[in-house]
Amino acid sequence: MTMKQAITVTVNGQQHRSEVEPRMLLVHYLRDVLDLTGTHIGCDTSQCGACTVLLNGESVKSCTVLAVQADGCEVTTIEGLAPEGGLHPLQEGFWEKHGLQCGFCTPGMIMASYALLKNNPNPTEAEIRKGLEGNICRCTGYQNIVRAVQYAAERMQTTAAEPIGTGGE
Amino acid sequence: MGVAAMLGTSIKRREDPRLITGQATYVDDIKLPGMLHMAVLRSPYGHARINSINTDAARQYPGVVAVYTAQDLKGVVGNIPIAAPLPGPISEGLGRRGPLAEGKVRFYGDPVAVVIADDRYTARDARDLIEVDYEPLPAVVDVEKAMQPGALLLYEEFGTNVTMAIHPPTEDIDKAFAQTLADGGIVVKQRIVNQRLAPNAMETRGVVAEYRKVDKTLTVWSSSQIPHFLRNFLAEQLGLPQHQVRVIIPEVGGGFGSKLNIYPEEALASFAAVKTGHPIKWIEDRSENLAATIHGRDQIDYIEVAATREGKVTGLKVHVVSDLGAYLQFFTDVIAIAFTLPMVSGCYDIPAIYTSCDTVLTNKTPTDAYRGAGRPEAAHLIERAMDLVAKELGKDPAEVRKINFVRPDQFPHKMATGAVYDSGNYAGALEKALQNIGYENLRAEQAQKRAEGKLMGIGFSSYVEICGFGPKGTIPQGLYESARMRVEQSGTVMVYSGSSPHGQGEETTFAQIVSSEFGIPIDNVLIIHGDTDSTPEGRGTYGSRTTAVGGPAIYQAAQRLKEKMRQIAAHLLEANVSDVTLEDGKLSVTGAPQKSVSFNEVAAAANTSNALPTSIEPGLETTVFWEPEACTFPFGTHICVVEVDKDTGEAEITRYVAVDECGRQLNPLLVEGQIHGGITQCIGQAMVEGVIYSEDGQLLTGTLTDYALPLAHELPSFELDHTVTPTPVNPLGAKGVGEAGTIASSAAVANAIADALGVAHVDMPFTSERLWKIIHQA
Repeated sequence: MTMKQAITVTVNGQQHRSEVEPRMLLVHYLRDVLDLTGTHIGCDTSQCGACTVLLNGESVKSCTVLAVQADGCEVTTIEGLAPEGGLHPLQEGFWEKHGLQCGFCTPGMIMASYALLKNNPNPTEAEIRKGLEGNICRCTGYQNIVRAVQYAAERMQTTAAEPIGTGGE
Repeated sequence: MGVAAMLGTSIKRREDPRLITGQATYVDDIKLPGMLHMAVLRSPYGHARINSINTDAARQYPGVVAVYTAQDLKGVVGNIPIAAPLPGPISEGLGRRGPLAEGKVRFYGDPVAVVIADDRYTARDARDLIEVDYEPLPAVVDVEKAMQPGALLLYEEFGTNVTMAIHPPTEDIDKAFAQTLADGGIVVKQRIVNQRLAPNAMETRGVVAEYRKVDKTLTVWSSSQIPHFLRNFLAEQLGLPQHQVRVIIPEVGGGFGSKLNIYPEEALASFAAVKTGHPIKWIEDRSENLAATIHGRDQIDYIEVAATREGKVTGLKVHVVSDLGAYLQFFTDVIAIAFTLPMVSGCYDIPAIYTSCDTVLTNKTPTDAYRGAGRPEAAHLIERAMDLVAKELGKDPAEVRKINFVRPDQFPHKMATGAVYDSGNYAGALEKALQNIGYENLRAEQAQKRAEGKLMGIGFSSYVEICGFGPKGTIPQGLYESARMRVEQSGTVMVYSGSSPHGQGEETTFAQIVSSEFGIPIDNVLIIHGDTDSTPEGRGTYGSRTTAVGGPAIYQAAQRLKEKMRQIAAHLLEANVSDVTLEDGKLSVTGAPQKSVSFNEVAAAANTSNALPTSIEPGLETTVFWEPEACTFPFGTHICVVEVDKDTGEAEITRYVAVDECGRQLNPLLVEGQIHGGITQCIGQAMVEGVIYSEDGQLLTGTLTDYALPLAHELPSFELDHTVTPTPVNPLGAKGVGEAGTIASSAAVANAIADALGVAHVDMPFTSERLWKIIHQA
């Protein structure tokens, strides 16, 4: 058994000090050590995107990041997207437009959509579809996901709130 | 929401708040004190003898609590259950297995041993230390070779790989074909491959099992579609009385039929929980899922169609070769026989139909129900048949369909397969689709593009399917559905359903039914499902049955309680029951509206009893078991437009129009979602998906790097429309819609591709490699 390594990670604005094996995946760290089970695991080859979180404000697939790589970084998960009791416009959009069915791909899809809109606040339908090519959904056929992202894009022209830990770095 | 949510309105789902905030509990989110983790060692061979298994190193690895093989389960854990074993070799044991391989492995992924350890990383480390002495055997992966006499056998003692062979006499169909030819008609023949698919729900399977020694109760959380089936069959497998097994279904991340099943890991985790005294968790990797969760489809369908020169189909001959994989799972043995053969007639009034079938074991993952379960294969073959006839005769495929449709005035109609379709308006759906896509302009556009050397194709699928399972006799256990409804003192209505939705949204739809029937705010209605301790005996969610069978159970329960509430109100208002109506949450006397009492007041009176006469029993609760007398037959027409790049062979779906008839739509937003998802899964089959094995039984599509799934940028937005004819089969008029899209689409795409390339037939998937070869062969 390998020596554990000390890491300090800020997740959704809260700092955590932990000792982890170097091989521990960030997604396992979030889910099993920090009990943030909103981020899901859908595959083992980085295809599906269910594990998408923000690392220092950029979207990453947390199944392909080691927890030790997140040392000193800020992570935002679905749980940190909106203030307690509130909803981010993306979450609203997915709800309004029936952009989810089983919900398993949804947290990753929403985090990937967040990054998409951050880089391209006014995407076309084609740009949304292309931008989400790293996230697989088996339930919705993507059509209502597109509508959800379009809804959010429109709402976000007027909203200014930033989720915790997206930092702007 | 302060007003009643009426049926037919597109309200947003109550499931969503927990899902969009990451607060929902899926099976891997469950953590119990003292929980240990299970890892499964699986066969790396498609076919091999097991000479010995050495678990010493694994057992001694720090953090490992136990390692089990088939020896440890002998006499303790029974075979994997089969719902409806067919007579013949199946009933004698062909295709049966225990939870762990014994003596032989028969497919890549076949479970051989399990490790129980402190954490998931340790369990996998230790798993690598188990030494299995395999003697690899040649594998049989070609189903047509597997069924030949002298083929390599999976079960030597049975002398065959064929579990069922149905070959009725052919005199009648031969006569019909001969007559057609004699009359100057045509016969077209085609071999059609409906390829093996991996369902790939985004959440893989998983189980948590906990055994409480003091009262010998086992609680099992499983990512499953069938709480009660799982409890009943698992109890039997483990030798426990049913009442000592509780199954709780947490949030499930998709099923599509792949979780309508009872798997080795559920028994294994339960066994380990009993033996170790600890809760046991097992979560499937995606690469395990691709190997060890059931596969779908995998038929080779031979069709022969006879038709007059005018395009009227006079006879259809279908031979189905169904590849079952290595073992029988829950419904493996009946999918092709019970669901494909009766539906090969499609929407058409074909006077003579002959079907035959061979269901065959091969060294591959077991196949079973996958969204559509046998009906997509039937729709695909009959819709290809219609286009083959059209092409042979140089006729428009839409016209050929119109000539052959069963007419509205011909219903109920007994098809030559024996299936009785209750209602339909196939021409109506086709007309609407033609209108919506602008058919004439589309053909003109195609002519224009062809003149420019572009490959544009238009494909139809006028499908019909059978769902809403089901009436008595469909399977031995019955396919009724249950609902227990309780109106509490506060006026809240609790509904406990035997259904088990996992994304379809019935928590919302069911609440709409109740809200609508009582005229009360939807927020006062709670829908509970998935726990065998609190819900009445049920049959789960699959086969497009939750709204069509689970819904009526709830509807009927509401009617019973409405009746009792009217009686109570009559007593409170000193009126005749016949004069009391319940409307908009109020019970009042007809003609004297000031004499009224609210829903909540009646609820309170019912539960407190002092306000009631002795002739009315206290309480306001009832349980309904609802069994449909027939299945339903949703139908529609889909039209797909493709453009194929001559230089790369890449096909793009440029337009997709769907007209679907699913009866009354209780929540149109959710109906739309089901159709989007169903079409997409079927486009997946048509365009990119397919399980591939090497000749020696190695699974080549073992991860999502190799098994392609449809992605957002590969799909158009679908243009949906509907016809609405309520079904008389249930009081809600709903037919079911979960599978329709998956049944319709593959033929629409296939027909478009064949049309684009100007060839008679192309097999799925329509990869650029396949299409390029066809284009450049010509």
